[in-house]
Amino acid sequence: MIEAKNVTKRYGTALVVDDVSLRLPVGGITSIIGPNGAGKSTLLSMISRVLPMSSGNVLVDGLDVVTTPGDVLAKRLAILRQDNHLTSRLTVRELVTFGRYPHSKGRPTVKDQEHVERAIQHMGLEALSARFLDELSGGQRQRAFVAMVLCQDTDYVLLDEPLNGLDLKHAVSMMKQLRTAADTLGKSFVLVLHDLNFASCYSDHLIAMRDGKVAFQGRSEDIMRPDVLRAVYDLEIAIQHINGDWIATHYR
Amino acid sequence: MKSLLAAAAVIVIVLLALVSLFIGVGDVSWAALFSPSPDERALQLLVISRIPRLLAVMLVGTSLGVAGLLMQMLARNRFVEPATAGSAESASLGVLAATALAPQLPVLGKMLVAACFALAGTALFLLILRRIPLRSVLIVPLVGLVLGSVFDSVTTFVAYRFDLLQSVNAWKTGDFSTVLRGRYELLWVTLGLTLGAYVAADRFTVAGMGEAFTTSLGLRYSRIVALGLVIVSLVTAMVVVTVGMVPFLGLLVPNVVSLFMGDNARRSIPWVAVGGAGFVLLCDVLGRVVRFPYEIPGATIAGVIGSVLFLFLLLRRDARVG
Repeated sequence: MIEAKNVTKRYGTALVVDDVSLRLPVGGITSIIGPNGAGKSTLLSMISRVLPMSSGNVLVDGLDVVTTPGDVLAKRLAILRQDNHLTSRLTVRELVTFGRYPHSKGRPTVKDQEHVERAIQHMGLEALSARFLDELSGGQRQRAFVAMVLCQDTDYVLLDEPLNGLDLKHAVSMMKQLRTAADTLGKSFVLVLHDLNFASCYSDHLIAMRDGKVAFQGRSEDIMRPDVLRAVYDLEIAIQHINGDWIATHYR
Repeated sequence: MKSLLAAAAVIVIVLLALVSLFIGVGDVSWAALFSPSPDERALQLLVISRIPRLLAVMLVGTSLGVAGLLMQMLARNRFVEPATAGSAESASLGVLAATALAPQLPVLGKMLVAACFALAGTALFLLILRRIPLRSVLIVPLVGLVLGSVFDSVTTFVAYRFDLLQSVNAWKTGDFSTVLRGRYELLWVTLGLTLGAYVAADRFTVAGMGEAFTTSLGLRYSRIVALGLVIVSLVTAMVVVTVGMVPFLGLLVPNVVSLFMGDNARRSIPWVAVGGAGFVLLCDVLGRVVRFPYEIPGATIAGVIGSVLFLFLLLRRDARVG
């Protein structure tokens, strides 16, 4: 279980994440939603120790992320951030293989190679595996990064806007793959999503943030309500119940 | 294809190496060496001057090429190398300080002082990079050049006061003509450092992906940066103290290798090492034959060839990306 206690991030006088305490459920998909500047990405980065906290602490399976050795945590928790600009020219396969680093320490075994192949297949990257990242489109690159993170084979996977730059087909297939991984392998995903309907259709648990605080959390039917979403987004959002899913229609 | 390329590269380098052994004012010829009554003087010349010179050239090429690659991964920018990141200039300042304040210090001591200066100068460069907003990739080498010029002016001022301007020039311009047995052996340490870089190659590749990736993969970014800085500074200091800096090498060779091989350091370091050795060897041989019997310093030739090739590379790269 991931547990955040009084997590705060301050830049000068600006409070970006304001005293957030959370328990993220084990297993399944948890999605963090909310308007720009609500502190979603900052919170995710602090939980995954890539950004230092101003105060508070985070426990992953009881391990404090600040004091636990990095290589121990790297086998339990993986993160993909939003802005993944690489200056290095690596091939897709090389990048994905680096996802095995916490296990292989740079000397991939046959088992590591199997993980790599599986991740490449999962993300539909077979045909692109020998290509350099700078020769791919943004969406293809995004899939390669997700493959790398999945290859790390951790219990907790944190993805900041994994659908960034993906077309409809690949967005759906990405969410389906995360769903399958959660259901069959028992992994826990924490996502930051901008698309409300993807969040609603695929998540077990939704967390709505606003102004650095957790405003609401619960199951899709608890969050996908006009009154809740108005309080989060300052926008009238009608909700339809279609084929068992709660769908927001906010386009007009 | 790649093994063919490797074989071709090795053959060219071996040929160049043989050529470099037999050119010079002193007469060293195959016949003189291997005749039934070998010429003592030719043999001496070979052992005392020609072979040490060849080894120094290879060691400098290998280590500066790999140091350039490391700098590029640490700064996450293709256009930096020890000579455009303040490392070489701060190393020169270090040797100057040692020479002016403690002239009795042995070469090893001067080198260590230079390495400390290079470490501080390069670390300062990386610190500045963290502080300034980077709008364009070209800002990074420009910052390095500005910083280097600041060190340079301090060096020139101090050297002028101590009447050491000529020595400073020797540190700044790599020249292999002064290499003799007993005066280059420090360079062997660079081979150890290069091997060290190869052992840690995967870490450097991970660090090249940025701090967040590095942390997520369970590695300590600051530790890798520190290791890289130590290697780069020591290599730079040794080269500056023994033969002088060779420009463009650390920029050109890793960029060419990256085009063909990508940036997985485990794969590219051997190529950068071989390419660097070949490049410096070529420059040294050219410098010795262009105005025979006089010599042009290898660094000058490297500057001419390097700048043209690098400009070509820069324009080509832009065309491909845009």
